[in-house]
Amino acid sequence: MDLSLSTRNVSGPAGDRTVVEVGGEIDVYTAPKLREQLVELVNDGSYHLVVDMEGVDFLDSTGLGVLVGGLKRVRAHEGSLRLVCNQERILKIFRITGLTKVFPIHTTVDEAVAATD
Amino acid sequence: MATVELRFSAQPEHVRTARLVAAAVARRAGVDEAVLDEVRLAVGEACSRAVGLHRSHGVTAPIRVELTDEEKTFSIEVGDEVPVLGDNGSHASGAARSVEDDADGEDEMGLAVIKGLVDDMEVSSTDVGGLIRMSWPTAPVSALR
Repeated sequence: MDLSLSTRNVSGPAGDRTVVEVGGEIDVYTAPKLREQLVELVNDGSYHLVVDMEGVDFLDSTGLGVLVGGLKRVRAHEGSLRLVCNQERILKIFRITGLTKVFPIHTTVDEAVAATD
Repeated sequence: MATVELRFSAQPEHVRTARLVAAAVARRAGVDEAVLDEVRLAVGEACSRAVGLHRSHGVTAPIRVELTDEEKTFSIEVGDEVPVLGDNGSHASGAARSVEDDADGEDEMGLAVIKGLVDDMEVSSTDVGGLIRMSWPTAPVSALR
């Protein structure tokens, strides 16, 4: 399955957030599309991102690299990048790479949108 | 001889095919269903790394994947054709190729994921190219399968 991406803006108690809903497989082939999307959002001034990964079937280290790159970009603008994920198979990859300490991971989009640092 | 052998040109879109084939052969060999996700991820990481190495070094040869159903284990070998110029036999600390390849950290992260996932894995290299070998135990398969 290929990668699907959609974005929407949400106003929460902590301010405006851009939710990026990702579906399908994030791997060495599809990760560049996600990278482009994140770069475009930051270039357009969206610095607080919530990446909803509930529809992701597969994630590899290339995908992790893109998310880390996204985090670096939003942080350069004092922004944030939060993840929404409940799937054990995906969470495991964040754990074995130690990235659970780097990304705030939430169980729902509402929770991520409402979160503050 | 490998149970299934796959060769694919070093294009990112073929890595998914390698994952699907590896998972199918692993299931057939009796690898536990709960471990198939790990097999899929590990073979994908090894193939992505090999594709990256071939592309960055302008190697036109295909990537080779061997899937072997042994008596009590299922093993996967992913071979690339980017030689290491050093003599210590390790990709990670080898000469010419690793300095450039690790520059963006993705090669290193891929290996870190494989190491975290697979208990039995080894990385070796020769003057022909590198090889990642991984194996998983298989459960006894019933006569009907």
